[in-house]
Amino acid sequence: MDKNNWKAWLYLLPAVLFLGVFMVYPLVDVFVYSFEEGYNSASQTFFGVGGYNYSYILHDPYFLQAVKNTFILVIITVPVSTGLALLISVALNSIKPLRNLYQTVYFLPYVTNTLAVGLVFMILFKKTAYSDGLINLLINWFGGESVDFIDGPYWAKMFVLCFYTVWVVMPFKILILTGALASVNQDYYNAAKVDGTSRGRIFTRITLPMISPTIFYLVITGFIGAFKAYSDAVALFGTDLNAAGMNTIVGYVYDMLYGNSDGYPSYASAAAIVLFAIVLTITCINLLISKKHVHY
Amino acid sequence: MKVVLQNLTKKFPNRNKGVRSDVIAVNNFDMEIPDGKLVSLLGPSGCGKSTALNLLSGLLKPSSGKIFFGEDDVTDLPAENRGVGLVFQNYALYPHLTVRQNIMFPLENLKGAAKLTKAQMQEKALEAAKLVQIHELMDRKPNELSGGQQQRVAITRALVKMPRLLLLDEPLSNLDARLRLQTREELRRIQNETGITTIFVTHDQEEAMSISDMIIVMKEGVIQQTGRPQDVYDSPVNLFVAKFLGTPPINVFAGEVKDGSLYIGQDKVCTVKGAANKPVWVGIRPEGFELDENGTLSCSLVGVEVMGRDITVISNNAASESGAIRAIISAENRVDTSAPVVRFNVKSNKIFLFDKETEARLDCEIG
Repeated sequence: MDKNNWKAWLYLLPAVLFLGVFMVYPLVDVFVYSFEEGYNSASQTFFGVGGYNYSYILHDPYFLQAVKNTFILVIITVPVSTGLALLISVALNSIKPLRNLYQTVYFLPYVTNTLAVGLVFMILFKKTAYSDGLINLLINWFGGESVDFIDGPYWAKMFVLCFYTVWVVMPFKILILTGALASVNQDYYNAAKVDGTSRGRIFTRITLPMISPTIFYLVITGFIGAFKAYSDAVALFGTDLNAAGMNTIVGYVYDMLYGNSDGYPSYASAAAIVLFAIVLTITCINLLISKKHVHY
Repeated sequence: MKVVLQNLTKKFPNRNKGVRSDVIAVNNFDMEIPDGKLVSLLGPSGCGKSTALNLLSGLLKPSSGKIFFGEDDVTDLPAENRGVGLVFQNYALYPHLTVRQNIMFPLENLKGAAKLTKAQMQEKALEAAKLVQIHELMDRKPNELSGGQQQRVAITRALVKMPRLLLLDEPLSNLDARLRLQTREELRRIQNETGITTIFVTHDQEEAMSISDMIIVMKEGVIQQTGRPQDVYDSPVNLFVAKFLGTPPINVFAGEVKDGSLYIGQDKVCTVKGAANKPVWVGIRPEGFELDENGTLSCSLVGVEVMGRDITVISNNAASESGAIRAIISAENRVDTSAPVVRFNVKSNKIFLFDKETEARLDCEIG
């Protein structure tokens, strides 16, 4: 240790102070809350310490529904959105005319407000007493029967939620992937071409490995983002998500915090810690897999 | 396999605003590259030599003209079917594959009757790697190799499928001076052993001169001169070729032919037969000077660089168009550095006359 070390700490102080107060302390606090039974935020009192909060939420059908919804959402939207984004980016990268126009069009959802878009989706999919909505019109046109996507069966609601989520997260992925594709040195493609490589092989043996770090980045952030989904569900199904059966884990945390009679911060904390554990586990698994399949 | 180019032309649309005319990168190439030779395409940056190479590889389509490999017209054949090997300036090794996988990559593309088993591929890859002497590096990744090793892997990858034609695009310019020297000798050896017709693009005339059987000097998309390196050096067809070949470069003077004699400034340097009376460009190779107290060309002495084997006399002359004059003479000569003036005689086979307007070499006898 150097004598002048205090100087370094002095320089670090503002950052350490802010991070400590607004990041480390709340994190620790959430963890502490999650073990305090019967915590009351008004009186700042609790009955005891133990695992009851966890036991409660793990037996709460609303929480289990939220976990199920979240997992379905993650498992469907992350691969679908990443795959579609890759497809579109490769297509964008291989056309010359109108590329900029298409890039702009694909990027538009990113700069549009989530709630506004959710409203549009609701209008498209909703079935009311007066109108079946545009999508049902299409379904009818192809000989299908009208489905209420917003207040109807579970799978229909889940379909809309997934569809909407994919639509919302794709622009960012396309943007990143087109950037990654464009930065692959053209010489690799030329070298492969001169060596008589077929287009499919060029894609699987050169393009994919070359952009694998980017794909991996998108998958990880995609998983994390999807696990934290909340506003999308609100935009489509309103704030009472438990009643609609479309709640997510973050939605459950929110409901527990601000729900009936001042809320239950302890249950919310426990749910948040469970979410944290899930995301941590999945990310670790991702990192392990990536070691095998991501190059560099 | 010989390669024949017929009126080969490549035009690119001009990107400058308001300019309608195309940029002609390769202008009306008409030549034959003999079988089994190492040929250098030589020219300054932007002269179209890489474009010419890409036309040969099939990565670019010519605007007009034809390309023949042997007797086959390959003009419209896409790159993947031409069977050429291409080595890039930046190596273009696939960073995620090992050396072995890189070398085997072209073999894995073979289809139909040419398809190889895994064992055959391994064997061929090893064989090629041994030829280039990188067989001990087979399991490394490209980023674990030095620049010279990477370049050798790139050459191996191009060679492994036994191409009909090997194309090298500035293969040595990313290497340091010592490696460049070593790798170019290596290249010469490999080409000799395989006997594959090889075309080598470079802007470094020394590189081209030292290893090529034949050089093609280009300027602004037009072939200036082709021939054996020494022949081109000894007998340049125009001022550009004379200036481009040789280090240090040729000394250029504004001179004049008057009544059978060549004058540089007031000095009557030598006699000339068969040239009309007119101003000319005079090119004198650095090794074309001889120190002589009664020499015909007098210059004001600037300094002397002693290089061991020989010395460079640096001097000025008002008629010089290429700055200070560098004359290389044997180290046995002694130069009086305190003297203000140095006088030279000029060797008649090292002096060339060029037309003042067209810069073409003047056909005349110098005595």
